[in-house]
Amino acid sequence: MSGVRLRTALAAVTALAVLGLSGCGDDSTGRPAAAGRIDGQLTVLAAASLTESFTRIGQDFETAHPGVRVILTFAGSSALANQINEGAPADVFASAAPANMAAVIEAGNGDGDPVTFARNQLVIAVPEGNPDAVTGLHDLTRLGAKVALCAEQVPCGAVACRALDAAGVALTPVTLERDVKAALAKVRLGEVDAALVYRTDVRAAAEDVDGIEFPESAEAINEYPIVVLKDTANRPTARAFVEYVRSDAGRGVLTAAGFQAP
Amino acid sequence: MTAAGPLLDAHLVVDRGGFLLDLPLTIGPGEVVALLGPNGAGKTTALRALAGLLPLSAGHLTLAGRELDHPGRRTWTPTEHRPIGVVFQEYLLFPHLSALDNVAFGPRRRGLDRQQARQRAADWLGRMGLTEHARRKPRQLSGGQAQRVALARALAVEPALLLLDEPLAALDARTRLDTRAQLHQHLTAHPGATLLVTHDPLDALVLADRLVIIEDGLVVQAGTAATITAQPRTDYVARLVGLNLYRGRASGQRIRLTDGFGLTTGDRHDGEVFVAFPPSAVALHPGQPDGSPRNTWPATITGVQRHGDNLRIQLTGPIEVAADVTPAAAAQLRLAPGQPVWAAVKAAETRAYPAA
Amino acid sequence: MALLLPAALGLLFLVLPLVGLLARAPWSTLPQRLTEPAVLTALRLSMQTATLATLLCLALGVPLAWLLARVRFPGRRVVRALVTVPLVLPPVVGGVALLLVFGRRGLVGSWLDATFGITLPFTTTAVVLAEAFVAMPFLIIAVEGALRGADTRYEEAAATLGAGRWTTFTHVTLPLVAPGVAAGAVLCWARALGEFGATITFAGNYPGRTQTMPVAVYLALETDLEAAIVLSLILLTVSVVILASLRDRWTGR
Repeated sequence: MSGVRLRTALAAVTALAVLGLSGCGDDSTGRPAAAGRIDGQLTVLAAASLTESFTRIGQDFETAHPGVRVILTFAGSSALANQINEGAPADVFASAAPANMAAVIEAGNGDGDPVTFARNQLVIAVPEGNPDAVTGLHDLTRLGAKVALCAEQVPCGAVACRALDAAGVALTPVTLERDVKAALAKVRLGEVDAALVYRTDVRAAAEDVDGIEFPESAEAINEYPIVVLKDTANRPTARAFVEYVRSDAGRGVLTAAGFQAP
Repeated sequence: MTAAGPLLDAHLVVDRGGFLLDLPLTIGPGEVVALLGPNGAGKTTALRALAGLLPLSAGHLTLAGRELDHPGRRTWTPTEHRPIGVVFQEYLLFPHLSALDNVAFGPRRRGLDRQQARQRAADWLGRMGLTEHARRKPRQLSGGQAQRVALARALAVEPALLLLDEPLAALDARTRLDTRAQLHQHLTAHPGATLLVTHDPLDALVLADRLVIIEDGLVVQAGTAATITAQPRTDYVARLVGLNLYRGRASGQRIRLTDGFGLTTGDRHDGEVFVAFPPSAVALHPGQPDGSPRNTWPATITGVQRHGDNLRIQLTGPIEVAADVTPAAAAQLRLAPGQPVWAAVKAAETRAYPAA
Repeated sequence: MALLLPAALGLLFLVLPLVGLLARAPWSTLPQRLTEPAVLTALRLSMQTATLATLLCLALGVPLAWLLARVRFPGRRVVRALVTVPLVLPPVVGGVALLLVFGRRGLVGSWLDATFGITLPFTTTAVVLAEAFVAMPFLIIAVEGALRGADTRYEEAAATLGAGRWTTFTHVTLPLVAPGVAAGAVLCWARALGEFGATITFAGNYPGRTQTMPVAVYLALETDLEAAIVLSLILLTVSVVILASLRDRWTGR
């Protein structure tokens, strides 16, 4: 997360400490852009699963608009939503789940309605080469495999539950991981035989794991909404960034990372 | 020493880099030997070597027919397997155990079951007159009681060798007197060998059958209390027994001391001798005395101290000497440091004995 | 006087976050939240695993502290530094390290699996191991300090009475340093109770089996701040009550 910075005076400093996020304050370069101009500094809070693609999009956006500095902070969507609602100054919020976005909108912190800019599909992550020859969710119970799921409290866990219900599979996982990366790590370390994770995560770890798509994943598609925040000090640039994410250029980066179009 | 030979037969050699202890030591059954010496002489080193808390560098240590330590033959018995009992200077009673359990600790370790060990501990505490204190923790005991518990704890394992390290040093003067007398009884009753380490000559004289005096790790004098008090052979021993001691060369009754001063004695010798006399034999005069044949010399007072009912006067001059005078005489002579006087000793009150 | 102001500030700094928790606590719904089975399950698991971890730390840590305090051996300083590693290691890294050793493909874990069919990750045993790994230094440091402060002449006295090394240790040394051992055990237990990073990494999260209170708090924070606060308050109350009572009784101060 080098280069990622966060403005000071976060009201949620304690929340940050609890969650173990990294983030350092620096508002010395912050200067309000003239109205209507795409310029100045832009703070984007984005879900952890967007780390690779938004880092790339941020660079591309800076190239397209000289004078703009994009500061990205990645964390779990719920933690970011908490920070925003506790008064953390930021311009754009990109969430990995509609529920966390809803929390921000309900608190009245959105500037306009959020839009879905990408979808992420659940796949079965198995060790590279798929040693247990997993073809679908039913194999997971039949083989007596050790499976890691995300905890229900985090988005990947909620969608996994929906998919398992849709498939009528009663699966007892060995662990309910705190986030999707932790679930994937258990597969990479060989501690579990399979995990339900996003396609983008498997794509990012292609050298260690294979992703098995399954039909019920249609019920397990997670939508990524994005919104400009009400307290933005740089509304024109924030709106331009959201547009850029939804443009062909932005979509190209997201697709390469394994996301699907909305 | 009995006909059966010594119970302890040891030659303790401990090299501690810069300090060398070289101490031959034998103790018979029932015999009490006092090991005396100034601080740093090696007393504690000897005790620790006997207890197995310090290995010998050379020599040997045989106790009750068992060779416990012999570096030359690579023999070594750890402390816990030696038939010994130790009374430490500060007693080191286990603070978390009652007096009874402190005494029962040794017997328990040496194979008695809990009941038997407690019974034996109770017996020993009874012998020490401590039955009513058996349940007390060490911190609830007086100094004298703690000393007796420590003695009971050491004796309860029926050791072949009992080691006592300054057993009375931690007590105040009054308690020491009583405790010394009781200790004497118990040591007399102890059938094994006893080594008493002390720097207090009174302890040694009252409690021990025989004295071994060491200085700088070496034996300087050994023997019964009577011979040592009569004929000290080093300044330390002389001070210990309270005598003025000099070394010189005798020809007949005339002795020329090492620094050239001459003394006349009642004994006749030829060759290297020690000459000794008590401070009470020294008389002080304001001017040069005359009359009967005696040793006289001018001296200067360097110190005045109380000594029992008398005053002990330290003098310098051709020889360093201590003199005892009554307070009345001191007042009459107006004795004070720096004052010149004449000292006199009758030849009949000095003793000379061969130094070799 | 010059010390009072920073002392007061220090206290304030430690206490204010607790005040923050209390201020935000949902007092009206507290009774029903407290009696939720999931809360009680996590609390029970936390107490059990912290206690087992403390026992494990006592069994292994006290002899190790004795070794460091009493036995001279080459590399002792290195060993002492190694013992404190879990103090500075981020607990999550500690959890990964435990996986690499005791995991299914770990150095020891693969042998356990092949020989006995035992796999440790995602079990309650793994929780105990993770907690013990992180908490053991607290015990070792406290006990080693107590051993260094203890008078070794008592051990010599025990030897002259026929006690070997083991008996001396159990009958003389341990009772002498009992207050230090108790204080170390209390610290160790408290650290184990609050352990999160190594636990969730090595043992995962499954209610009733590996979901301890801190893990439950973390996950509650994802969706329900108030629930997280309630869980934290329970953890806080239980630990303060237990620590306060044990400290007084064991250390006799």
